[in-house]
Amino acid sequence: MTAEAGSGHPGGSLSACEIVTSLYFALLRHNPQNPRWPERDRFILSKAHACPILYAALARAGYFPVEELMTFRRIGSRLQGHAHIMTPGVEMSGGSLGQGLSFAVGTALAGRLDRRDYRVYALLGDGECDEGQVWEAAMSAAHYKLDRLTAIVDRNRIQNDRFTSEVMELEPLADKWRAFGWHVQEIDGHSFPQILRAFQTAGDIRGQPGVIIAHTVKGKGISFMENNVDFHGRAPNKEELAQALKELGEAERLFREGHA
Amino acid sequence: MAPNASTRETYGKVLVELGRENPNIVVLGGDLNKSTFTYLFAREFPERFFDFGPAEQNLLSVAAGLASAGKIPFVSTFAVFGTGRAFDQLRVGIAQPGLNVKLVCTHAGIITGEDGTSAQSIEDIALTCSLPSFTVIAPADAVETAHAVRAAASASGPFYIRLYRPSMPVVHRDGCSFHTGKAEAMRPGRDVTIIACGIMLAAALEAAQDLSAEGIECRVLNMHTVKPLDEEALEAAARETGAIVTAEEHYLNGGLGSLVAAALGRRFPVPLETVALTRYAESGKPEHLLEKYGLTAKDVERAARRAVQRKRR
Repeated sequence: MTAEAGSGHPGGSLSACEIVTSLYFALLRHNPQNPRWPERDRFILSKAHACPILYAALARAGYFPVEELMTFRRIGSRLQGHAHIMTPGVEMSGGSLGQGLSFAVGTALAGRLDRRDYRVYALLGDGECDEGQVWEAAMSAAHYKLDRLTAIVDRNRIQNDRFTSEVMELEPLADKWRAFGWHVQEIDGHSFPQILRAFQTAGDIRGQPGVIIAHTVKGKGISFMENNVDFHGRAPNKEELAQALKELGEAERLFREGHA
Repeated sequence: MAPNASTRETYGKVLVELGRENPNIVVLGGDLNKSTFTYLFAREFPERFFDFGPAEQNLLSVAAGLASAGKIPFVSTFAVFGTGRAFDQLRVGIAQPGLNVKLVCTHAGIITGEDGTSAQSIEDIALTCSLPSFTVIAPADAVETAHAVRAAASASGPFYIRLYRPSMPVVHRDGCSFHTGKAEAMRPGRDVTIIACGIMLAAALEAAQDLSAEGIECRVLNMHTVKPLDEEALEAAARETGAIVTAEEHYLNGGLGSLVAAALGRRFPVPLETVALTRYAESGKPEHLLEKYGLTAKDVERAARRAVQRKRR
């Protein structure tokens, strides 16, 4: 998708692959034929630059044709460079970091007012946690005891320019969330069993919101993208794309043969 | 002098009425709810009222979330905070998706007074008018405020309504025919048209009365809706009176004067004079500030005379 567009953010899309896959194909109560179904669970992509992974999931889930993915970032397309509500299934227009958790607080409050039991999930980047608004939102979610809200931090340790520890130290990140009144879990964000278990636990929390700090690898699954700052905001070229697809094909073959 | 009434207190009372009429109306505040009179709504509908403290970025993005789930959020704080502090949240989170958020800010303009320049919002109209999907209204008095708030509640899409700290003269003593986006004709005239919004409408009417004694007949238009601007009424005024004066209690750049100038230039250029702020003000009593910074009826009069002279040259 990013290679076809010639731009985009592959690194942070790949780090969130298992998280988004788990949500759309195991966890969310949703209806691709009726994207605005009032009872649906909400998934809010606050790190809206990682929209390629969201678009891939939405297309595979049936929100729009898979062929449309190749129109990403092109003029006239519904698939904008950062997630926008014009795309069926996209809940929030993003692109300016730090707004998604607040938006999630609003949708969770609306659900409580309407006595609906939907859950709200917000996926944040770790670099995004530099934004002060994230902590304004965190404080308010705990204040209003939004236990139907689950935040996930994609802790891939790389932001736009450099490693997060070089740009702005986030640690102790779990302690920060705890101090703001949240239930905190830390998991391997590429392990489906751990992801599913963590969401199950988050669903059982009462009286406070929950955050899952998902330790991930930026560019996961593509050898030359993994932990490579360069692929935060650049698309692979032709040769790199061929190599990446070869590696993903190999991974899929191993998976189907039961080796992975 | 006309009796005075509070725009913000009127807003608070109308919100309570709207709350009774429509269960989807929710109100959000930022620790200024006594000042914005949203405490009246909070008292009657505590479950539909949310305070977020002075954290305006969160405040506006939460409102976006509520709107996306079908609520009609009214967000209120001071104009400097609601438009300036949270501009990016207005832009990306509300304007770009066109969400149904109603931002009603009080304490706009230099008449906020003694608190000084940091509290005096003179950029809010420019900021909100720069957002393509927003409707921007600067009511002239308490009567018009009630109409504007009701209009915002029943329309879909983002609105900004600009209210004030001090009580203001009631211009609409004999009722008010408010239509969003339609300028209100306050006084007929053939020599020059004064186009005003907000507190400057009262000054414009006073100026028109004084000028009438000199034989200059001013048309006065109440341009309560600054965006979208009523360009038809503006063009008709330019054609029929041949000169325009704008009057606003806001910075000239990006305010009513700028918007009128751009529209006139496109449609029917005539001499234009602007009464507006051209710099930051200072602490002081509202009436002293209006005097010092050139926003009185006398200033409007002088501008109207200049416009008429330029027309005759």
